[in-house]
Amino acid sequence: MEKKKTIAMRYTPVIGLEVHVELKTRSKMFCACSADYFGREPNTHTCPVCLGLPGALPVPNKKAIDWCILIGLALNCDIPLFSKFDRKNYFYPDLSKGYQISQYDEPFCKNGHVKISNGKRINIRRVHMEEDTGKLIHEAVDDQKVSLIDFNRSGVPLVEIVTEPDFESAEEVIEYLKTVQQIVRYLEVSNADMEKGNMRLEPNISLRKIKNSDLPKYKVEVKNINSFKFVEKTINFEIERQKKIFEGGKTPVQETRGWGEAKGETISQRSKEEAHDYRYFPEPDIPPIHWTESQVSHLKSQMIELPQTKFDRLRRVYGLSDYDAEILTKEKKTAIYFEEAVRLAKAIPTKTIANWIINKRIDIQNESVGRLIKQISMSHSSSIDESKLQSAIKDVIKDNEKAVNDYKNGKTSVIMFLIGNVMRKLKTKINPSIMKIALEKALRNSNG
Amino acid sequence: MKLRSLTIKKATEGLKQKKFSSVELTKACLEKIKKLNPTLNAFISVCEEEALKDARKADKAMQNGNTSPLLGIPIALKDLFLTKGIRTTAGSKVLENYVPPFDATVVKKLKDAGAVIIGKTNCDAWAHGSSGENSDFGPTKNPWNTDYVPGGSSSGSAVAVASDMCTASTGTDTGGSIRLPASFCNVVGLKPTYGRVSRYGIVAMASSLDSIGHFTKTVEDAALLLSITAGNDSMDATTPQKQVPDYPKSLNRKPRELMLGIPKEYFLTGIDPEIKELTTKALSVLRVSNYHTQEISLPHTEYANACYYIIQPAEVSSNLARYDGIRYGFRRETFGDEAKRRIMLGTYTLSSGYYDAYYKKAMKVRTLITRDFDEAFKIVDAIIAPVSPTPAWKIGEKIDDPLKMYLSDIFTVTANLAGIPGLSIPIGFTKNGLPVGIQILGPQFAEETLFEIGKAFEEATQNETWRKRKP
Repeated sequence: MEKKKTIAMRYTPVIGLEVHVELKTRSKMFCACSADYFGREPNTHTCPVCLGLPGALPVPNKKAIDWCILIGLALNCDIPLFSKFDRKNYFYPDLSKGYQISQYDEPFCKNGHVKISNGKRINIRRVHMEEDTGKLIHEAVDDQKVSLIDFNRSGVPLVEIVTEPDFESAEEVIEYLKTVQQIVRYLEVSNADMEKGNMRLEPNISLRKIKNSDLPKYKVEVKNINSFKFVEKTINFEIERQKKIFEGGKTPVQETRGWGEAKGETISQRSKEEAHDYRYFPEPDIPPIHWTESQVSHLKSQMIELPQTKFDRLRRVYGLSDYDAEILTKEKKTAIYFEEAVRLAKAIPTKTIANWIINKRIDIQNESVGRLIKQISMSHSSSIDESKLQSAIKDVIKDNEKAVNDYKNGKTSVIMFLIGNVMRKLKTKINPSIMKIALEKALRNSNG
Repeated sequence: MKLRSLTIKKATEGLKQKKFSSVELTKACLEKIKKLNPTLNAFISVCEEEALKDARKADKAMQNGNTSPLLGIPIALKDLFLTKGIRTTAGSKVLENYVPPFDATVVKKLKDAGAVIIGKTNCDAWAHGSSGENSDFGPTKNPWNTDYVPGGSSSGSAVAVASDMCTASTGTDTGGSIRLPASFCNVVGLKPTYGRVSRYGIVAMASSLDSIGHFTKTVEDAALLLSITAGNDSMDATTPQKQVPDYPKSLNRKPRELMLGIPKEYFLTGIDPEIKELTTKALSVLRVSNYHTQEISLPHTEYANACYYIIQPAEVSSNLARYDGIRYGFRRETFGDEAKRRIMLGTYTLSSGYYDAYYKKAMKVRTLITRDFDEAFKIVDAIIAPVSPTPAWKIGEKIDDPLKMYLSDIFTVTANLAGIPGLSIPIGFTKNGLPVGIQILGPQFAEETLFEIGKAFEEATQNETWRKRKP
């Protein structure tokens, strides 16, 4: 125990993150093929461009570029007025052209940041645009092991978000990831569904001696992580693994590792010596992009209210608790639903509406706002005069000692009599079942 | 009247006046191909059946009053132009059996204009070469003397027009691959402004340099073809939304007085005396026409070849990566020596640690070369220069010395680096009977000026005896 503590004090994790977000544009990044590839018959969403056939040329998808810039703006990035695409050259069978069109030294967005709840600022180095690759499928055909290639995903637009190595724990990473996921969903540019591969994570992890402010001379990049849970496990595993290496008087080697869920550990995939030289150079098939100030400000003007701003506003304007505001803003559609309900139902307190949406887990897809309001009004007309109701109940209990005693002695049917009395006293119609609950509660608490 | 010798203009007139049919014209060309191709090796694929079918269709359309500008005209395509259903090899064994599923934009435009595609012409594999010898389907030979190279890489297309196997043909020019063979074969060759003609569906060599042009028998025909092939293409992001002038019509305008620049750097290093003499003579002809000349300087010319042979192989190495042995049937060993050489050169210069010293520096030099031209075009309307320092050389002469071969591009690569148009026109013959040409270079998108000067030269020399020569 004692030893562990000293180690924990001697090293600080240094973690950076690359996140790939697949955009849900209708067409692919450089051709007119449908980008909706998930679960489709292999090689049905293809054309000469995304198959990389001889003579085919890429023409960039304007919508995808606009969305990349929107993501950058949402992450507080600068938008340089000059940008370009580059070729990243490497060989892999799922890469139809033998290079991936990406961005190297002039990304669309630079120098952003995200604030996390402990007050820390996570700096974002860059947000850039690239294309997805095809997919290899390894299976047996006629008892022969074969590798098949499905190019449906080839050329689907991807936005890569790269942070500075500013994280110090798995918790910080997870919070940041959830924030990014929430933002791109708010922007409606990606489903950011980890299981479907709409969002992919590659943390790089190293350890730094506490007193040393320099960045470590190595980093370990981990691939193949497809859930928030695995990223947490990966980071914690790596921190321990690297600590042990330092304890043994060595320094971990720079390498790429993969998360193996079966054994719950990371496995070495590629060492520094085997690292690719991507031979980046400007993509000659696509002219560089020159933005004007007005084009960028036009994109800025399209920016919607982002989760954090919405959260702050809901708290301020409707007096919601942090907890309620957080739940209601977790998804944009919930927040919209809530505000619509507030607008339509002037007489119902916002807190009541919030409670209904949160506690009753309203299916906002299928329950219209109007119907919700009606329901709340019906059941909660009492709650408008909660104090009146309570005092009426109190009076009825006091005035009908016999009936109360009968009830307590097991003659529960007498409650209907009591309800009738309360109703008469209030002179309004109240949902009897609500009244019943309130009355039963009062009876339980009444002495005697 | 020899049908196959006709220009597009004359053939179209003849077809309209029903002096002959497209089938007759096409057959005349096919006969010539049958007769000469075994010696000259200008075609990799001859589309006899399809061509005759298209010719019959054209004749019928003609009867129905169709007036498409190329209706019934036999045109050959460099085997880099993808043709739906017709194999397209790029002159390489790697694509020996490759049948594309779509037509290049230019091919579609030519077909829409009524052209009869007569065949696919031989070229240096992947357009890598200046002589036509690098083809995996055997070298093309110069029709004026079969011991000599026809120039490359669009060797077959130049030879096909020069020897009347077709009325016109297409080519690509990445470092001179249209202008050089045009000058070696006594035909007109146009390299348009970069981006003027769509590259979609043409096997890429070096994407930032590739220009899509053509070979014709006259400047007027070159203008006509460009008015069909040019224009913005939604499939090629490098083609600007710039209106296409009516090039043939602008040739009928009143001739302008123009200032022509003579770049001194193009007359210094090792230029063949006969080339110099013929070029000087051509200049004096132009001076008699409406033109003035003035010596100019393009100071960075000496770095052009070095710059070109860094940028071009870099792009080549990337463009050839897709032929990875998985999808096109042949492994990468199938690449010929020249392709392998360029893949290695390009891979090296793009490698980390070398990029700044080579590629990045070359891009800076490229900017300087472009600036040279920008400056020059502030004082002159066009530039006249030799296409090559020497006339055609003997087959085999330079094949084992790549550097020597690369030097033959010394006067042509500049236009590709700057993205400007160049028109190569014949100006006469050496004492050995080998053709010589000059190139007229202009500012970006100033093809009209090049045609105007080219046509003026043709008219001024139309009665000279060398004009009557036939291979």
